[in-house]
Amino acid sequence: MSTVETATEIHPFNVSIPDERLSDLRRRITAAQWPTKELVEDSSQGVQLATMQELARYWGSDYDWRTTEARLNALPQFMTEIDGLDIHFIHVKSQHENALPLIITHGWPGSVLELLEVVGPLTDPTAHGGGAEDAFDLVLPSLPGYGFSGQPTELGWDPARVAQAWAELMNRLGYTRYVAQGGDQGASVTDAMARQAPDGLLGIHLNWLSAFPQEVGAALFGGLIPAGIFKRVVITVLGAQAKKKEPEALDALAALFRRGYFVEMPEHPQTIGYALTDTPVGLAAWMLDHDADSYEKISRAFVDDQPSGGLTRDRIVGNITLYWLTNTATSSARLYWEGFRTIFAAIASGEKPAELSLPVAFTVFPGEIFEAPRSWAEKVYPNLIYFNEADRGGHFAAWEEPQLFAEEMRAAFRSLRNAGS
Amino acid sequence: MSSTAQTTTEIRTFTVSTPEDELADLRRRVAATRWPDRETDASQGVQLDTIQALAHYWARGYDWRKFEERFVALPHFITEIDGVDIHFIHVRSTHADALPLIVTHGWPGSTIEQLKIIEPLTNPTAGGADAADAFHLVIPSLPGHGFSGKPHTRQAQSSSRLDRCRRKPSVGHSRRPTRLQPDAGDHRWTSGALCAVRSALPTGTR
Repeated sequence: MSTVETATEIHPFNVSIPDERLSDLRRRITAAQWPTKELVEDSSQGVQLATMQELARYWGSDYDWRTTEARLNALPQFMTEIDGLDIHFIHVKSQHENALPLIITHGWPGSVLELLEVVGPLTDPTAHGGGAEDAFDLVLPSLPGYGFSGQPTELGWDPARVAQAWAELMNRLGYTRYVAQGGDQGASVTDAMARQAPDGLLGIHLNWLSAFPQEVGAALFGGLIPAGIFKRVVITVLGAQAKKKEPEALDALAALFRRGYFVEMPEHPQTIGYALTDTPVGLAAWMLDHDADSYEKISRAFVDDQPSGGLTRDRIVGNITLYWLTNTATSSARLYWEGFRTIFAAIASGEKPAELSLPVAFTVFPGEIFEAPRSWAEKVYPNLIYFNEADRGGHFAAWEEPQLFAEEMRAAFRSLRNAGS
Repeated sequence: MSSTAQTTTEIRTFTVSTPEDELADLRRRVAATRWPDRETDASQGVQLDTIQALAHYWARGYDWRKFEERFVALPHFITEIDGVDIHFIHVRSTHADALPLIVTHGWPGSTIEQLKIIEPLTNPTAGGADAADAFHLVIPSLPGHGFSGKPHTRQAQSSSRLDRCRRKPSVGHSRRPTRLQPDAGDHRWTSGALCAVRSALPTGTR
């Protein structure tokens, strides 16, 4: 047993949280100190008191972490050290021999829990409306600093470094031909994988556009520009090329760049981290405030008991509980700090992103923070092999609409199945 | 004080008295803090060493009662303006011609920021300055801050409300020129409120 061998070992992993951690959490939820009610009748001041109080009531008395734990432990989970960090991942092999290996990366405030309901449709398509030729072998890693993966204690774990780790993970699992998928932060990682083009990667699918046409990116990351001016500036730059959906996308992106978490986490993840680490209710509110569409859906799940697809109370609180129990609110926020730091450094040095020639597939889900215009996707991904606008689903597409998401995977990667073999 | 109108313009004396169990609860929460890992770079915000030292002092060294004692020794008042209880400290100078001055704190400040300027401003001769430099001081807590009430309707909090709140002559000073002195922090709230007052004043006093 040499050191090298030890470091590439893959260990089976099971989740088992001690009871006292769970009772401590319940105690903190029950002891929450509440603010007064927001002064408006809508969510314009943020997550509403009625939503949070119902969530806290459910979380403190009805919710059972053991069911979430059992869902995780029902799947084959592993741990392996890559680049000095323990990486947790779920690995489900299809029973179909020619299954295409697929690595899916979650984002923030998500986790591998977002992806559990797509495991069946993707690995066992014949039981879920598909054919044997639609089968995937699935690899679902937890991002560094997220869930049960280790927390980086050194700088530099930006999406590009995670991408390198994922290529090593796929290599270590023996996959020589595979595809990758991601939304949110997972899209940044997956985009970086495609730019690095490791041996074996055939193509990627994204449900979030993390790369922008140059003018758009420069305006977005160039500083705080009020929405109206921002739009005029970019439209002027894009001029007659401004296509359908571009103005709406610009407005939505300008709003995103002013949103609380999107400003604070790239700026001072440690500062907000103290509050998120110490109070479960505060952590839950911060996570719920991610985007308007998912907030409305989650709020309805709690206040009106009307969940949207897979975004049920149990699953929403389960994901928040995972962040709490792994104490990853701060380490997960640092991924924004790292990602922005890399982008600003590239802008400052005038460095252009690496050329990307691998096939890219894209699905727009209508509730997403911004609907990526096809014109932008074509501009940043010259080899765009698939572009589809789904008729339902939002930011957490795999979580909310697992069947639809699985169908998108099947359609997007169909043409790559026999490539390079 | 029989009519409603009179009642709402009343100025009540006010004192701070924090129940012991609230202080114990605070100490318990500070001591029970769950901490994140250390920052990976000093530019990521408030550093773990700093906040842990603060928490240590807060739970073990700090004594709210000592502060409360100094605080309650000042003349505190509450008066309802525009539906919100407004807390303020009001210290009159012994000098008859003192200039009334209302000083507005910001966030994350409070009236506590202003305590050490009370003596120099209201009693300038004690510090070697002139009786002609004397001020009567009014130090309110912004709505939703400190001991002021929290606005609870959607109409309650706007700059025009702050504006009227500042102009209301219920403290008993006549309409004298008011010197407007934005605080060094130039906080949005403070300067916004001052700006509203300024624009509402007669031209000669701006």
